[in-house]
Amino acid sequence: MTMDFKDIIKPENKVYSRPRLMTENTMHYCPGCSHGVVHKLVAEVVDELGLEDKTIGVAPVGCAVFAYNYIDIDWIEAAHGRAPAIATAVKRLQPDKMVFTYQGDGDLAAIGTCESIHAANRGENIVIIFINNGIYGMTGGQMAPTTLEGMKTSTTPYGRRVDLNGYPLKISPIFAMLDGTCYVTRQSVHTPANVRKAKAALKQAFVNSMEGRGTSVVEIVSTCNSGWKMSPADSNKWMEENMLAQYPLGDIKNTVKQ
Amino acid sequence: MAKVQGAVTINEERCKGCDLCAVACPTGVLSLQPKEVNDRGYHFAYTENPEACIGCASCAVVCPDACIEVYRVVEK
Repeated sequence: MTMDFKDIIKPENKVYSRPRLMTENTMHYCPGCSHGVVHKLVAEVVDELGLEDKTIGVAPVGCAVFAYNYIDIDWIEAAHGRAPAIATAVKRLQPDKMVFTYQGDGDLAAIGTCESIHAANRGENIVIIFINNGIYGMTGGQMAPTTLEGMKTSTTPYGRRVDLNGYPLKISPIFAMLDGTCYVTRQSVHTPANVRKAKAALKQAFVNSMEGRGTSVVEIVSTCNSGWKMSPADSNKWMEENMLAQYPLGDIKNTVKQ
Repeated sequence: MAKVQGAVTINEERCKGCDLCAVACPTGVLSLQPKEVNDRGYHFAYTENPEACIGCASCAVVCPDACIEVYRVVEK
């Protein structure tokens, strides 16, 4: 005997709903963009850890520039690439707050390499959320440092050539080499299982920030279906086949005793 | 064996028709409207086979715009 849908759709049977800390604004991201999922995870984890009044996010320049419109916590907007420097100041002045930066690959791995590396090397007790989609999404799909070899972008229309443009920058292993970092992990959000793992990683990173263990870096290998010129489902497949070969998932460094 | 029944509600106006929920659904409950569009011009997702839903929430977990809510009942 199947139940009527009116009997199933009741508050007491609810197993998944829109995170409480997400605002009602419609996100400006393209359909299928990984940013939406990561925003959702941040909102869920902040809520679950009870850090709603203690969290300060630093928004980057890039597609996530309007992140402050979507998650109902305190935010600061940083100049391009300077989010870890701003986060350093905030965390040092307010050590009881959970401070995180939310940066793309152009923001963190290109213009902001200096700030990111030095914040991590100083072991600032912040969380760096790094969205790596291998392209400059906001400005129209130009080559980023993380663009794969042979990948077509609007500035490398015949594919990235390593003799001309250098090699894809794997910045998370560089973070892992620094003594200031306590947790460096690479995750993705293209399947339900990966989303759950990414959420666990974010939770661990946020706890590290509150406990003052050092810098945590959570890289999320993402898709940019508009920049890659594919459908969202095809981009996920392409990411699995190509991006994950260059950027394998998993913990790169974890000095925290389980 | 206890039977699990689920149901999903979709915020049609918020949906951008990315199709990721339909790809993630293990039982083929969801698909995109073939002709109808929402106010913003997207072919939004709808429950094509609502009876097949097991309430696993895979669709909602991967939805970038958080427009899916999931309900689940375990029949004794």
